[in-house]
Amino acid sequence: MPSPPVIYGLFVDPESAERGMNALHRAEVSPKKIVVMSAEPFDDYSFSKMDHATPMPWIAAAGGVVGGTCGFLLARLTQEAYPIVTGGMPIFAAWPSGIVTYELTMLGAVLTTVVTLLITTKLPNWKPKLYDPEVSNGRILIGVLDPSDAARVEIENRLRGAGAVKVKATNTHR
Amino acid sequence: MATKTAEQITVDLLRPLSGLSGRYLLAAAFFAGMVVAALCAFFYQAYAGLGVSGLRTPVFWGFYITNFVFWIGLSHAGTLISAILRLANATWRRPVTRCAEVITVFALSIGATFPIIHLGRPWLAFFLFPYPSERGIWPNIRSPLLWDFFAINTYLISSVTFLLLPMVPDFALVRDRSEGIKKKIYGALALGWTGTPRQWHRLETAMHIMAIAVIPVAVSVHSIVSWDFAMAPVPMWHSTIFAPYFVAGAIFSGIAALILAMALLRKFLHLEEYLLPIHFENLGKLLLVMSLLWFYFVFAERLTAWYGNEPSEMAVFWTTQHGSYSPLFWTMVFCNFLIPFPILAIKKLRTITGTAIASFTVVIGMWLERFLIIVPSLSHKYLTYSWGTYRPTWVEITITAGTFCAMVLLYMIFSKIVPIISIWELKAGQHVKTHAVRLVVRSNEAGAD
Repeated sequence: MPSPPVIYGLFVDPESAERGMNALHRAEVSPKKIVVMSAEPFDDYSFSKMDHATPMPWIAAAGGVVGGTCGFLLARLTQEAYPIVTGGMPIFAAWPSGIVTYELTMLGAVLTTVVTLLITTKLPNWKPKLYDPEVSNGRILIGVLDPSDAARVEIENRLRGAGAVKVKATNTHR
Repeated sequence: MATKTAEQITVDLLRPLSGLSGRYLLAAAFFAGMVVAALCAFFYQAYAGLGVSGLRTPVFWGFYITNFVFWIGLSHAGTLISAILRLANATWRRPVTRCAEVITVFALSIGATFPIIHLGRPWLAFFLFPYPSERGIWPNIRSPLLWDFFAINTYLISSVTFLLLPMVPDFALVRDRSEGIKKKIYGALALGWTGTPRQWHRLETAMHIMAIAVIPVAVSVHSIVSWDFAMAPVPMWHSTIFAPYFVAGAIFSGIAALILAMALLRKFLHLEEYLLPIHFENLGKLLLVMSLLWFYFVFAERLTAWYGNEPSEMAVFWTTQHGSYSPLFWTMVFCNFLIPFPILAIKKLRTITGTAIASFTVVIGMWLERFLIIVPSLSHKYLTYSWGTYRPTWVEITITAGTFCAMVLLYMIFSKIVPIISIWELKAGQHVKTHAVRLVVRSNEAGAD
């Protein structure tokens, strides 16, 4: 599948990146086409607030429930499948089973969190994709995926006007 | 550090990853040699049998189980402390967290090997794993040793992921600044990280959830380790105080290990501008609190035993107070309380050197504490005819020394592969600080207008 072209600007600080983002909004670029990359999270700026809605905590809780259920069943079925002499005490020991259930509940929550993180961030993904190593040097990348030919010049100008130190355009993803 | 730019932070923290000095190689060779010696001792024991250790009737738990409890306790340095500081949003935590989390992973891995070393037939360790087998037996869910299996593995998996996830953005950073095979390796480790807002947000959310999950897991791990003892009707073991006593002791030794590791990293990796006196001061205060708490628990445990005056418990009590184990007991009290308390309580002494000295004594003291919990009780059980003694052999001493060296060696190797301070978290902290200052200046200017 051919990669869509992209225009992006590199900004030295979050304030100018914020201006770049606002400039793209004013140019009525669809938010879905805007791409942002940075070497650190900038929680105080609107450009980093894209895609914030996530059901991850609920999925983690569900993972905990599944893990706990597995733990309980493991403990219960083990004791019933291989009953040991308990001297009149119940075959199923509730307190020890609670410990196994608890540990597997937490393990389920942790593993589900990790899996959810990897799926929602599409990691690992070693295929070539849009990226500029300048991001690691502290530059903030604000760009537009697949801009129309008519809009390319305007986007470039707006990014430069907002303070981008470099504006780059590619015809394919790197 | 306030004047450091993002680029300076990157350069400073990536510097330890490049080059191996002669001093580093010499130290690594020494520690590796000790690890090899420990492995030889272990294989000798596996070949000749447990008879080459000092374990004899009635003391079947000696150095190995002492080390097991000690290392599991030490593992509380990292993930637990890191998670608490993360949830408390303590801004000073940023340079500290990774140093701490690494201790957890390595200490836990080392600790988990000791039950296997302790087995007479270590190749049968898989008998403990809970899976349906043709042997016709499943492990006994009622056994605290099986709870250990679940708890330690849950904690280990949680700690490893808690350590690895925030390392991914730093791997991406190293990837972008490397060439050749190094670039390929770090590229693989970075998983294709690009730093989109979605990736940052999901990472931070995941870390938050894991911080919440890992705290009760850490508490449960050392509670369960304590129940290995407390579930047995052995004098001075069968006590309800054991779980909180063990957890407090674990955090105590964990903080001490963290301070020691930080002091060494600061000196040898030249991180003076990142691991600041304030970090040692704050951790020193935590250590002081834990020292007081430890003393409280020891006093409460001893007072209750003494007041009860139960003969079998008093036998253990007196052997540690003024019997054959008393030199070790009073050394422990000195190391865990009498030395660290004044150092940490007096502000002038709570320096980097002061906290490091206090931490060193605490690590020794806490190892002695684990030994004194296990051996005197087993050697003084109910009937006097069953009393005995315990003397570790060269095999146990070599293996014990080897695991300490393994810890140092693993830490040395890790600090050469991964930035020991989370670069992106440090930059984010710097940025938050700068942003807050800007907002204050702006609001002041608006007020003046």
